Amino acid sequence: MAGLLRLTTAGSVDDGKSTLVGRLLQDTQSILVDQLAAVDRATRARGGVELDLALLTDGLRAEREQGITIDVAYRYFATPTRKFVLADCPGHVQYTRNTVTGASTAELAVVLVDARNGLVEQTRRHLAVMAFLRVPHVMLAVNKMDLMDFDEPTFRRIESEFAAVARSLGVPDVVSVPVSALHGDNVATRSVRTSWYRGPTLLDHLEAVPTGREAVAEPMRFPVQLVLRPRTAEHPDYRGLAGQIASGVLVVGDDVIALPSGGRSTVTGIDTPDGPVLRATAGQSVTVLLADEIDAGRGEVLARLEQQPRVVTELAADLCWLADRPLRPGARVLIKHGTRTVRAIVTALTGRLDLHTLHHTEPPASLELNEIGGALIRLAEPLAVDSYATDRHTGGFLVIDIADGNTLAAGLVGSRDAA
Amino acid sequence: MTAILTRIQRGNPHPDNPAECGTSGDHLAALESEAVHIIREVVAEFDRPVLLFSGGKDSAVLLHLALRALYPAPLPFPLLHVDTGHNFPEVIAFRDRVVADLGLRLHVAAVQDWIDDGRLTERPDGTRNPLQTVPLLDTINEHRFDAVFGGARRDEDRARAKERIVSLRDAFGGWDPRRQRPELWSLYNGRHTAGEHVRVFPLSNWTELDIWHYIARRDVPIPDIYYAHPREVFARDGMWLTAGEWGGPRNGERIVTKSVRYRTVGDASCTGAVESTAVTIDEVVTEVATSRITERGATRADDRLSEAAMEDRKRDGYF
Repeated sequence: MAGLLRLTTAGSVDDGKSTLVGRLLQDTQSILVDQLAAVDRATRARGGVELDLALLTDGLRAEREQGITIDVAYRYFATPTRKFVLADCPGHVQYTRNTVTGASTAELAVVLVDARNGLVEQTRRHLAVMAFLRVPHVMLAVNKMDLMDFDEPTFRRIESEFAAVARSLGVPDVVSVPVSALHGDNVATRSVRTSWYRGPTLLDHLEAVPTGREAVAEPMRFPVQLVLRPRTAEHPDYRGLAGQIASGVLVVGDDVIALPSGGRSTVTGIDTPDGPVLRATAGQSVTVLLADEIDAGRGEVLARLEQQPRVVTELAADLCWLADRPLRPGARVLIKHGTRTVRAIVTALTGRLDLHTLHHTEPPASLELNEIGGALIRLAEPLAVDSYATDRHTGGFLVIDIADGNTLAAGLVGSRDAA
Repeated sequence: MTAILTRIQRGNPHPDNPAECGTSGDHLAALESEAVHIIREVVAEFDRPVLLFSGGKDSAVLLHLALRALYPAPLPFPLLHVDTGHNFPEVIAFRDRVVADLGLRLHVAAVQDWIDDGRLTERPDGTRNPLQTVPLLDTINEHRFDAVFGGARRDEDRARAKERIVSLRDAFGGWDPRRQRPELWSLYNGRHTAGEHVRVFPLSNWTELDIWHYIARRDVPIPDIYYAHPREVFARDGMWLTAGEWGGPRNGERIVTKSVRYRTVGDASCTGAVESTAVTIDEVVTEVATSRITERGATRADDRLSEAAMEDRKRDGYF
């Protein structure tokens, strides 16, 4: 059976994103007869003639009524090579939080640009978000090429302009494809109208892009979710640490340390319901047995002695602010990192990312909805962290409102300790 | 040792190939690990979880994953079945067998009880799927459940496609799609105030075909009516419905015996069977893989009512 690729899409309003997603679903035979019939009925009800593939994905009443996408929708399609989980994100400025949501788990982002308009402010913004969240692969789809008579210079101009912005943001190897989502050119099938284009179709690239990680090269991180103590007749003394390996490889016999508590022990076993295994890699949910009864409950991170995360009580971090109410220095919040949630105070804002110039500004008085900026955060209890740049899986955290529990920000641990 | 746990232990062990259940394995292994992670998060962070268990295939897979997530510890929370009263006897027998074999606690919220004491009124069309919402919410309040595991999948419906994995419900059980929390990385924010609860959907990223592949791989027990069997049925709205005490057959609807199986099991009065000869799990997988109609389109009369039928039910607090 094939592997899994999580991807996300981003584009401005009317770039044809929903149409592109609909096209991908249709051309991979992921839309079944009754769904097509429903779209057909809905298209006709709105006075349309040609099948409106956007109606496949715009599922909420308000979306259909306003003809816009409001919320992230998850779509599933598969080819013989891979299964795809697609987070379809809205293009409106006010819904950047959804783009952040989609990008946080994506291994690949497809950024759409309308061939008639070229790069717009939204494009830069979306690309900045993808760079900010370090989506490993970014793909540019120059859409509506049919409206530009599949003109090569138009495509090349947008391609190089996009590449320049991507470079300035530190986004590596962008693959660009000229497409017509409406007619299917270069989406799943190679277009005869772009004979000048030698690259892959969009789907070719989705199937070929490397997934997974070089787990062997990563430091091992195992955030403990809970301690399993059955205390049954059959397992009277069993004490297993349940969790999902966040990074790296865990091997029986490893000398490990639990952080932040600092207890040390040796891995004596790795359990699964199918029996013990000798090693487990990033992404696996397992149960770890230790030689000693150290303090390693929920909130602790197991790491190998020689590859420890930083234990900090002050964080320098980047925040993408997702709440209507602005963030000001002095705010009291909760930080949820891995399996630990701690109280915290945002002591200072250190800068704001200007998405027009892509530079950091002077320390702002506040961080507003959808803004990205640096912050210093003092923690009530220590956290064991890695910088987000090193590890996407252990460097991200949530900022949560103490009063109503809402998620206020996506936080990224900076690459050095707070001063 | 009970049947299901024996099956878990027997499973399909791959001690020499640990990648089999991680992201470096196939997509089914990745989905399994994700679901186990979600279930463990909720068990660790919530006081009073409950798992919705109808005896249908999705809830059977969900229960199986919960048992795996906590193995070898016993399941620390009860099951809840919101019973329409329009049941397939085979499914209720399966439900009761699973509960007895595993020594689990089961709450049953029977729609009939709510009708009998006047809290609910029977619908003119006689279907009871939409009537499940009130007993569900009442039972959640009565037992102060703070996390409700459900087997819903995003591929089932357009409104479900917008659902979070951990999804906040207000004191009225309502879902407001415009006020959903962003769900970042694999950090689930389930904080809630008194009276609120969360719905948790560990199967969010699974498709119908994934469910069937998984049932085959892990030998997950399911009711027999998911396999082809001869049955007395009658045709209505392009579906084969079981002849029974509720709603059918009516005038002019003729009972015939067909070889059928069910793709979903819900309110028996409006859940259709599909013609099939698939009697083994492999034959069912093949059939599902080549089907050109979604399971809801093939089998659920109530979802054909309107474009936004599911969204409207979810806003009211439905599963």
